[in-house]
Amino acid sequence: MRLPAAMSLSPRWAPYVLISPFLILFFVFGLGPLLFSLVLAFQTWEPTAGLQAMEYVGLGNFAFALEDEWFWKSLGNTGWLAVVSGVPQHLVAIPLAVFIHTSFKHLRDGVIGAYFLPYITSTVAIAILFSSLFSTDYGLINVALGALFGGESIDWLGAPENIKPAIAMIVFWRYVGFNVVLYLAALQTIPKDLYEAATMDGAGRVQQFFHITLPSLKPMIFFGVTLSVIGGLQLFEEPFILTGGRGGSDQAGMTTAIYLYRMAFDFNDFGAASAMSWLLFVVVALLTWLTNRAFAPRKGSA
Amino acid sequence: MTTRRAGLGFALSVAALGPAVLAAGPVQARQVLTVAAFPAIDEIVRAAVPHWKKLHPDVDIKVVSRQFVDHHTAMTTALSTTVYLPDVMALEVGYVGRFAQGGGLEDLSREPFGIARLRSRFVPYAYDQATARNGAVVAAPADIGPGTLLYRADVVARAGVGEAELTRSWDSYVAAGVKIKAVTGAYLMPHARDMKDIVIRTGIQPGEGQYFDSQSRVLVTSPRFVRAFELARDVRRHKLDAKVAAWSNEWSEGFKRGTLATQFSGAWLAGHLSNWLAPDTAGRWRAAQLPDGAFAAYGGTFLAIPRSSSAATKALAWQFIQLLTLQREQQLAAFKSQDAFPALVETFDDPFFEQPLPFLGGQPARLLWRDAARRIAAVDVHKQDSFASEVIDTELDKVLDRGKNIAVALADALRLLEKRARR
Repeated sequence: MRLPAAMSLSPRWAPYVLISPFLILFFVFGLGPLLFSLVLAFQTWEPTAGLQAMEYVGLGNFAFALEDEWFWKSLGNTGWLAVVSGVPQHLVAIPLAVFIHTSFKHLRDGVIGAYFLPYITSTVAIAILFSSLFSTDYGLINVALGALFGGESIDWLGAPENIKPAIAMIVFWRYVGFNVVLYLAALQTIPKDLYEAATMDGAGRVQQFFHITLPSLKPMIFFGVTLSVIGGLQLFEEPFILTGGRGGSDQAGMTTAIYLYRMAFDFNDFGAASAMSWLLFVVVALLTWLTNRAFAPRKGSA
Repeated sequence: MTTRRAGLGFALSVAALGPAVLAAGPVQARQVLTVAAFPAIDEIVRAAVPHWKKLHPDVDIKVVSRQFVDHHTAMTTALSTTVYLPDVMALEVGYVGRFAQGGGLEDLSREPFGIARLRSRFVPYAYDQATARNGAVVAAPADIGPGTLLYRADVVARAGVGEAELTRSWDSYVAAGVKIKAVTGAYLMPHARDMKDIVIRTGIQPGEGQYFDSQSRVLVTSPRFVRAFELARDVRRHKLDAKVAAWSNEWSEGFKRGTLATQFSGAWLAGHLSNWLAPDTAGRWRAAQLPDGAFAAYGGTFLAIPRSSSAATKALAWQFIQLLTLQREQQLAAFKSQDAFPALVETFDDPFFEQPLPFLGGQPARLLWRDAARRIAAVDVHKQDSFASEVIDTELDKVLDRGKNIAVALADALRLLEKRARR
């Protein structure tokens, strides 16, 4: 059966029509909001007065953001969380991946699945689960700590000095499995004869790890660390839900992403929020570039 | 078939083509009035539909219901783009002041609405809450939340504390809390922040808001803030607060187990406690006026009309709002079914107010709340209020958790707010 001529697609246009669903979605939900926030970063706007209420203020929002001590405080919180939750992810994931790679044969997929599970679980479910685990009076963590060590129960999510470690723990727990999978994939590409040759030369397992495995993993470390840097700097959902959307006592868990969300939707300052989101983008770009400098394979060295 | 046509009418009207098409079209299709609301209010609106259909058989009511926060975010977005605007929107009091700044809501004091003529029929403070600084009345009060002190009579009695001790003054209230904690182990309140929140709302001079006066001068170093911070610090020092936030699991657990002895709140909390928070504690709670002769509002719902609607839609929307807010039967029905305390003064003589409340041990507490409703004064709103409240909360955190000096904390808050006040 042939379609009527009017409905058939000429080969000239077919590629464009076929790719259009992606492009339309990308323009509407990707590029559109991005450009809108760029425009907004240079305006002052009372949103409930409609779009025509925007007023151009030049770099005013950026100047305000850079002078805003809470913006810097939120960047500090974000940096702390990114380092404390990010670095251990890799320090644990690499040896763990090697261990799984060398020690498990039949159970391998099951073990990987168990580590990967937190990554594919809904953040909201995780955060709600952990907020009841961390509960001061009724939480399992305090019950367990009390049974083991005694002493007063810890106010995990109420006391400012405990909020960040609690969040970092969850972020670590959630993403370590993802990194394990990355490193496992990289481990499978290292040729076995390298290890055989090293064994012949009398190198032990520790020496093999430091002189063969680690250098071979470098490209994947670069990739993994880059993802951790970007993800860590954009951290939002876990602290947002754990602290009831406020950022916790003394804003100790208020990341930059939470602050700029609150700036727009709680404090009604969409212009400054957009400016901050672009400043955050600059920070992310800068740190990604630095990661690149630190880990990327350099020409001539290989 | 009718429903499908109504659905089509809605689809058109939300595409911002509808009102014009419907008004100009030769075929008078069934008209649809869209009402956006959040839980409890959506039920009240639905319950009013049969009555509305008697008055306007050809106008359907479509209720768009969302969760509380989602609803207000959706309304903010709808107003900012003037797309997908409902014909009538329910707003919680905190958002009324915020939306009034933007001018996206119709001024109901203008003709043909003329809400000013109806002013005396509304609870005075609720009407004032809907009045912007420029005199525009941007919404009609649908229900109010007169503040009250709910307390566990059995816990308090075990500590040998009477109601008078709880309410005589703030100092006496805290002293009672010390006794309660010592004898029963129960906390006086969920969080020391609650203490600060109520005290900064008392003793506000006319023309002042909570944080700013009418000239945007920052008020956070005034005596009421110092007093509020001192009292909150006392509460924390004596370990009288459970350090839990309202609506958290620990909070409701505290009510169930009787480890929270008192709570400042709107009268509506008694309904929530009895329905789902702690139904097993029925009969053990009592209500009192707030300590130290304080009167404050906790929440309240308003109904507003977007300015960009067509004149014909606005007229219908206003009739629907009047049905919900000015009809004695509707207001009382909402009170009976959803604990929505009436904002319509003429309902106040209904015998329902005198009925004993079994959850409160047979106390006729609605009389108490009715008295409070008449004595609450509205507080001026400032566009930076929500930011100011975050600044004050954070400085209080530093005082409570990090031992910061109160005078320094308030001076820091002042500095932060002065930067924003005129932004």
